[in-house]
Amino acid sequence: MFLQQLLNGLTLGSVYALIALGYTMVYGILELINFAHGEIYMLGAYLGIIFLAFFTAIGLTSYSLSLALILTFVLSILFCSSYGFTIEKIAYKPLRNAPRLSPLISAIGVSIFLQNYVMLTQGATDKVFPNLFGAAGFEFISVRMTYLQLFIILTSIIVMIALRFFIRKTRMGKAMRAVAQDKTMASLVGINIDTVISITFIIGSGLAAVAGLMVAMYYGLVNYFIGYIAGIKAFTAAVLGGIGSIRGAMLGGILLGLVESLGASYISSEYKDAYAFVVLIIILLVKPGGLFGKAELEKV
Amino acid sequence: MVRQNWRRFKTVTSSKFKVLSSKQQRYKSLKPFIIALWLSLLFLPFKGLNAALIFFVVSSVSIVLLRYLLRYKKLLMQGLETLSKKTRYSLFVTNYSLPIVRYGLLLFLVILPFLVRDYFLDVAVLAGIYIILALGLNVVVGFAGLLNLGFVAFYAIGAYTYALLNTKCGIDFWSALPFSIGLTTVSGFLLAIPALRLRGDYLAIVTLGFGEIVRLILNNWDSVTRGPNGISGISPPVILSISLGKLSYYYYLVLIFVLLTVFITKRVYSSRIGRAWIAIREDEIASSVMGINITMYKLYAFAFGAFWAGLAGAIFAGKMQFVSPESFTFMESVLIVCMVILGGLGSIRGVILGAVILVLLPEILREVQLYRMLSLGAGLVLLMIFRPQGLLGGKGVSLRC
Repeated sequence: MFLQQLLNGLTLGSVYALIALGYTMVYGILELINFAHGEIYMLGAYLGIIFLAFFTAIGLTSYSLSLALILTFVLSILFCSSYGFTIEKIAYKPLRNAPRLSPLISAIGVSIFLQNYVMLTQGATDKVFPNLFGAAGFEFISVRMTYLQLFIILTSIIVMIALRFFIRKTRMGKAMRAVAQDKTMASLVGINIDTVISITFIIGSGLAAVAGLMVAMYYGLVNYFIGYIAGIKAFTAAVLGGIGSIRGAMLGGILLGLVESLGASYISSEYKDAYAFVVLIIILLVKPGGLFGKAELEKV
Repeated sequence: MVRQNWRRFKTVTSSKFKVLSSKQQRYKSLKPFIIALWLSLLFLPFKGLNAALIFFVVSSVSIVLLRYLLRYKKLLMQGLETLSKKTRYSLFVTNYSLPIVRYGLLLFLVILPFLVRDYFLDVAVLAGIYIILALGLNVVVGFAGLLNLGFVAFYAIGAYTYALLNTKCGIDFWSALPFSIGLTTVSGFLLAIPALRLRGDYLAIVTLGFGEIVRLILNNWDSVTRGPNGISGISPPVILSISLGKLSYYYYLVLIFVLLTVFITKRVYSSRIGRAWIAIREDEIASSVMGINITMYKLYAFAFGAFWAGLAGAIFAGKMQFVSPESFTFMESVLIVCMVILGGLGSIRGVILGAVILVLLPEILREVQLYRMLSLGAGLVLLMIFRPQGLLGGKGVSLRC
């Protein structure tokens, strides 16, 4: 029972971690809580359903399921990244030098807009993601793991390793770290800030798309308001790990997933959504910097 | 020789510039269509090819129009500025305005029930409740500069306190009102104590979390709040054994409370406490150096804002005679924040205007009600980009924190 819940928490947590990475990257660079990030995740889930339905309609799914799945993933990621890129250009870029609360309110506006945009175009009812993997799985020391869970955990791990490699080893990753440290200095040494910010949004949105698709597969149901609550939870995960820190977001996401699934099974499942908020409030009170964050000095 | 070279240099550079500028010109004239194409490409998977084509045409036309308008942005802004200055002296009641305007407006509000249908009166009562709420939030966001995204939680606490006291213990409106307001004020204090240690955007998230927790409790604590079914059968307030259940009576009750709210918030705004709030909003460090106890005054702001939310909640419960968690969602919080920002942070007249606009607009535009939230979201973004101080906000008010 305990181990089973641990596994469920790990699955959920790896999804939260993927979304949290987007929050943490944007916060690290722009110091902005990107409220619309949860909505990108929701878009990812919807796009997955739409593209898969399209491939089923043209007969690709029955020809080769894995090809259709890969194409669905690629297209959803591409579209979500484009959405992230566009949102940054329209809603955040003009406010780059505005007071701190302006972009936050603008982000809330984008979030409401996207929710209603999806509701109006796709309808307010739940959408069903076709069950591709079934309930097939394997037993492992009294724990039942479905292939889907394995797939989710493995995909998240691979994506996170790739991201870490990108940020640690590549030129663009180096530029991103530089911009996160000091925007003015980075621009003085010849880094194009706008490009770096765009890339950050593109990568973060791509990660959210992966998370959205996997959650759609896992639960099988998608609604237009899943983004809001998932966004808040992922933000909590990012704060838990220390906002701005990449490995913090990964660890925070997994911890939050564990807290939620253990809390739901041992305390009360009705308040499942409240645990994230309680965790958030406790961390902000006890250790506002998070697990890996640095104590922040207030700039005058 | 030199002259020749100079001429050559001039022709070369000028031709070069010409080429560049014509290229730029072409790109500039094509840019709206490129943007529209990009947006309709993004739109494509959601509604199919036909809709995307229509979307392309509509968006390219509107972007061209918008660019045309932006050319006159300065002029437009100046117009809005003079308009807001003018409205300050004519439409809205001030010390400078003629007493005729002031009493005329009051008289209009008093005789309103005799002029309009019940439906409109219903909207007016709702607008009044939102005005109280928005003025309360204005204290927190506009005066003290603390973004509270969970304001609806206080509203919910006020409404549920009255609902529970009335249905479970049979206490009438006037005896329950102090409890409603008191409990919300205390919960405002309790939330503020931990939350105020946080910086601006973190504070926003924590208050949002608080709002969500309150809603979840209302939704799940079945034995007390009856969960999603809500509480029905709340009795309306009674004055001198006359029940105010009738709409026109209730309208007067709300009107009196709105006037009271305006009067008190205005007084507080220009008091010592109000000036301290403004100082904190503009520069926290400087004001603490001047000897203002920042935490204390922020606490006051939170509690004072919550006070009005409690009042509005009790009025709401008395009017609807029914409360359920559905009325207290995050969207409601956002709507109140929109009212404050649309009207102008910190401007009492502006906030009233914002509340009235956002309540009336969806009622007038019934057919496009589906698009209400969509346009609200887009409106927030546009407002932040083009006029962050709101419709009637002065230049001095900023969103700093």
